[in-house]
Amino acid sequence: MRQTSLNMVYELAKRDPRVVFIGSDLGPDTLKQLKAELPNQFLMEGVSEANIVTMAAGLALEGKIPYVNTIASFLTRRCFEQIVLDLGLHKTKVRLIGSGGGLVYAPLGPTHQATDDIAILRAVPNMTILAPADADEMRRLMLQTLEVDGPVYIRLGKGGDPIVSRADLPCEIGRAIPIREGRDALIVTTGICLQVALEAAVELEKQGVSAAVLHVHTLKPLDAAAIFEKAAQVPAILTIEEHTLVGGLGSAVAEILAEANFNPAKRFKRIGIPDVFPDQYGSQAGLMKRYGITASAAAAAVLSALKTARQETPTTTYCGS
Amino acid sequence: MTATNSQATPEAIALDSRSRQLRRLIARTLAAGGRGHLGAAFSIVEILRVLYDDVMKYDARNPRWPDRDRFILSKGHGCLALYAVLADKGFFPEAELWKFCASNGILGGHPEYGKVPGVEASTGSLGHGFSFGVGFALAAKLDGRGHRVFVVLGDGECSEGAIWEAALCASKHKLDHLTLLIDYNKQQTYGTIAEVQGLEPLAAKWEAFGFSVREVNGHDVDALKRALAAVPLAARKPTAIICHTIKGKGVSFTEGNLSWHHRTRVSATEAASLLAAIGTE
Repeated sequence: MRQTSLNMVYELAKRDPRVVFIGSDLGPDTLKQLKAELPNQFLMEGVSEANIVTMAAGLALEGKIPYVNTIASFLTRRCFEQIVLDLGLHKTKVRLIGSGGGLVYAPLGPTHQATDDIAILRAVPNMTILAPADADEMRRLMLQTLEVDGPVYIRLGKGGDPIVSRADLPCEIGRAIPIREGRDALIVTTGICLQVALEAAVELEKQGVSAAVLHVHTLKPLDAAAIFEKAAQVPAILTIEEHTLVGGLGSAVAEILAEANFNPAKRFKRIGIPDVFPDQYGSQAGLMKRYGITASAAAAAVLSALKTARQETPTTTYCGS
Repeated sequence: MTATNSQATPEAIALDSRSRQLRRLIARTLAAGGRGHLGAAFSIVEILRVLYDDVMKYDARNPRWPDRDRFILSKGHGCLALYAVLADKGFFPEAELWKFCASNGILGGHPEYGKVPGVEASTGSLGHGFSFGVGFALAAKLDGRGHRVFVVLGDGECSEGAIWEAALCASKHKLDHLTLLIDYNKQQTYGTIAEVQGLEPLAAKWEAFGFSVREVNGHDVDALKRALAAVPLAARKPTAIICHTIKGKGVSFTEGNLSWHHRTRVSATEAASLLAAIGTE
């Protein structure tokens, strides 16, 4: 997905001279073609995220459209005030491409894991947050980023993620995609967890449960209308995300459901990373399994929610972790 | 490094009528809002008046004129001085000054881009304005445009790490159309710069970061004019002008007086005392 996003920057730079790529201290061959062909649209500015983000804001105020790329945890945490004030407040057309969203950098430890990027950036007015499911969807979304007013954050998954997005469905920034219809439950997901959700839906189908899947590639502005509409049709809703349960997709959906005041109330569960720093290394898949971000755990959560829904007994169980 | 141009010390400079006129505007704005950062504004009056009277090209009636020189007050809390100069030049009506910090005004306790004509970037959190200036200057260089960029930094602000990130970047890109003016009044909120987080040797630091450096008496209008007429001091190098100033300059009881760094209540009596001390034409 990362290579696709960089290829897209190259394509966008060729078609629009306002596009400028800014890296921090990336690999030696990063976008070498762009550097060779359009040297005035390629910058590599060192390990200095605070300066890079504000400098990008300055470039944007002068009419450029900077695409800034580095590791997602550094790009969101290190320079958060610069993002809030110089991108959000100034509504500058800067695009932040965060490599290794979620648990991609599992072997490198908590310093490199962007487990809170969505929560952090949801709090920034004027921000657009994108989490594509795979390289194909990355391409479809990147093509639209030239026109978005204000800053955009693009969360990259791991390279080589299986293609699960659908070229035949409309893909528009700000609009959730109903990937699968279903009458018993709704799974809302984002980023590479679309794959987990689709596998869970297949498992559920084998057990006679029809689960809809709504893919939220744009976390901000959130397509609340689609989430409300789909949630209204089923008794149980599950969210899946490769992100802390504090403030991410699950929290956003919970806010919508709480204010919807459905009667009877919906059963709702969230799957994601609990409020901890990951304490093991290994692989992205390994940590996702450790935190129950798997198709089987998702299917079990849906079945459990449906069971309580059918019993129609209020539950006060906290199901957040 | 060039030695101080002026023989006079910042303390010895007697303010002329233009400097007193701008300080009166500042004092009246402070009185209207009942609050504000006075000391930080009084220390940069001469820097701003020279920039706007003698150095920068701009069109107050067309603040977004593409060929204008860009100015950023990175130490945004000094905005009372900037507001006075912008009003004086006609960027907005003087009446706006009397709505300082009011709910129906455009002038807040820190300057905001998009609200205040002539303000190029919202500043207030320290350590941002310099990087904005680097972005502006880099854009001009990439596009082969001829305008210049001037940034006023506070001395206390130089404790921010992002300042030195921006310095490396400006130097790397050889932004010789970018000029920093450092308001070196040697005081910050708590006490002296030396006491809180010393900066010396400051000129050597900027030189080591790849800047051409000059030190001037920041209240000496002629010295400032000479220094700014000479920039860039060296081709392919950004310039840092270290302006030796006095916080609260121009009124005996505000000069060097930390209690005038920021006031949240300014009485009518205090305002009258300020105006009386500044004097008339």
